[in-house]
Amino acid sequence: MAFETITTITGKIVPVPGANMDTDRIIPARFLKCITFDELAGKMFYDERYAADGTGKGHPLDAPQHAGASIIIGGDNFGCGSSREHAPQAIRRSGIRAVVAESFAEIFFGNSAGIGLPCVCASAEDIEKLQQLAARQPESEWTLDLQKMTLSSGVHSVAVQMPAAPRDAFLQGKWDAIVELMNAPEKVEQLAASLPCPSLPPRAHAR
Amino acid sequence: MGKTLYRKVWEAHTVGKLPGGHTQLFVATHYVHEVTSPQAFAMLRERGLKVAYPERTFATVDHIIPTDQQDEPFADARAQAMITALRRNCAENGIRFFDLPGGHQGIVHVIGPELGISQPGMTIVCGDSHTATHGAVGAVAMGIGSTQVRDVLATQTLAVLPLKVRRVRVEGELGPGVTAKDMALYIIGKLGAHGGIGYAYEFAGSAVEKLDMDGRFTLCNMAIEGGARCGYVNPDATTFAYLKGRPYAPHGADWDAAVERWKSFASDPDAEYDDEVCFNAADIEPTLTWGISPDMNMGISARVPDPAEEPEPEKRAALQAALEYMLFKPGEQLLGKSVDVVFIGSCTNGRIQDFRTIAPLLRGRRVAPGIRALAVPGSQETAQQCEEEGIASIFREAGFDWRLPGCSMCLAMNPDRLEGTQLCASTSNRNFKGRQGSPTGRTLLMSPIMAAAVAVTGCVADPREVFSPLS
Repeated sequence: MAFETITTITGKIVPVPGANMDTDRIIPARFLKCITFDELAGKMFYDERYAADGTGKGHPLDAPQHAGASIIIGGDNFGCGSSREHAPQAIRRSGIRAVVAESFAEIFFGNSAGIGLPCVCASAEDIEKLQQLAARQPESEWTLDLQKMTLSSGVHSVAVQMPAAPRDAFLQGKWDAIVELMNAPEKVEQLAASLPCPSLPPRAHAR
Repeated sequence: MGKTLYRKVWEAHTVGKLPGGHTQLFVATHYVHEVTSPQAFAMLRERGLKVAYPERTFATVDHIIPTDQQDEPFADARAQAMITALRRNCAENGIRFFDLPGGHQGIVHVIGPELGISQPGMTIVCGDSHTATHGAVGAVAMGIGSTQVRDVLATQTLAVLPLKVRRVRVEGELGPGVTAKDMALYIIGKLGAHGGIGYAYEFAGSAVEKLDMDGRFTLCNMAIEGGARCGYVNPDATTFAYLKGRPYAPHGADWDAAVERWKSFASDPDAEYDDEVCFNAADIEPTLTWGISPDMNMGISARVPDPAEEPEPEKRAALQAALEYMLFKPGEQLLGKSVDVVFIGSCTNGRIQDFRTIAPLLRGRRVAPGIRALAVPGSQETAQQCEEEGIASIFREAGFDWRLPGCSMCLAMNPDRLEGTQLCASTSNRNFKGRQGSPTGRTLLMSPIMAAAVAVTGCVADPREVFSPLS
């Protein structure tokens, strides 16, 4: 089964500034009380955006000039904390198609890659520049190009980074790993037979 | 050149290199819980796939269960739907489920080691970032997302890239009242919450070797808070003594062979590391967090930072934002500050040794007036041991609310949560904004000993003063 190839993403950028943007802030735990990801659209960064009584806090994501933005510009260690896939799911289901940040927490990066949400890194200087440009010219269209590894708009262009393997997976439409993982069940079986399995045999506790 | 444990375990579980460049890594042990697995089981159903190795997956329920009483149906229909879904998914797929009745339910990172399922030399994964905990037995253990949970259920493998390894040595003796939790916070403070990105942390050195297993679990549990997806300690005599006799550990004639095999996974003396850092245990004070990221921490006698003294504008803004959220003044001392709630529990500090350490200190003392003090054992087995050893009754007599096992107020997916801007002395792992259930709630991460000192004094306190003399 092949998935869509992801080569370029075009749209407006929106700043979500600050280092260590944790997954509890991206999607508070109370929204995890569900057995599907279906209800997560619109819930991203909920408590960052709304007070307890539902009034807006003036977050960039809710500013009219950033409406419909496709690319988040984040800080260092974006997506740190919990492994909840609800975080990238909430971001993607809220219309975001890519995240550009100074660095990403490992698990968040992998979860995003697996659902077709590219996360690319840019230098601290470029992130600052992008955040300023997002504020000054919010209507500009930007293109993230995974072939050229640039994020550009008109005269502006910054270099972005992503490890080769996930990048190639996006370019070739192989970002959902399960297809490749199911290719060699006999090799897996062989290895499994050589490795101890803790469940055999269960017995009473000897404490 | 020798090899690290990380590399040996990685090589032993490599199925092959995938065309795209990822490694196909076999998962020896897979844990699932109710929050991150239902979506994965649904994805399997959609594709008509079966669980490939059901004997290698173990399930329990921990995040959403109430800890006051657990009669079903739960008052919260959504919580009930989650446990019901997990029961069904396990039954349909032949997966062992440590359900509420049965005596083995608990926080997944507490029961896995307690039952002897997590063993040295294994690859261990779970849809939960604190899976790093299991690395304490000498395993490569890491958190994954729900799509990867699907991959493991369907194939028992993952597509992953190897991490680099940083050896984090702590040498010397920890002072009185200084614990593995303080060590973990200290390391995160020094290396930063992002410092471990791209790395597995091998915790080593004489101070780490001297930790008992429950201390090692605490240390590895917090690796992820330092950005390291995996943390581990090389298996040694302490590890083997801990595992011996546990229900799922090898026994009889298999035991000796298993120990020999486990020893072979320990990092070689001449192993090559990508990075190495060393700390002096004597420099570590009882430590607590003051901000909204676990690296915002300090020794008990220190003052919170003053943003005015930070030259870098971005860092200054971050300090300012953290202090504003915490309602602390720049340069303020936290010692003596009134606290509203004390929470002792979680996958970081809800183990038997945590309760054994503080029970004697609480004997004959009372929780300070106005403090809500919760003690939540990490598992049914821990709870039972605490009853048998008289620990639970000491907590109750001291005025603690002694609860049933679960994740509870670590992330407040059940009814245990902060209200408004309450300040909580918590033995959990994350002080993120809103983490403990109130979007404006405030968390001070600390060791169980310090949390006990806070409980009996009603304010931030140095356990070495409150419980003098401490050994």
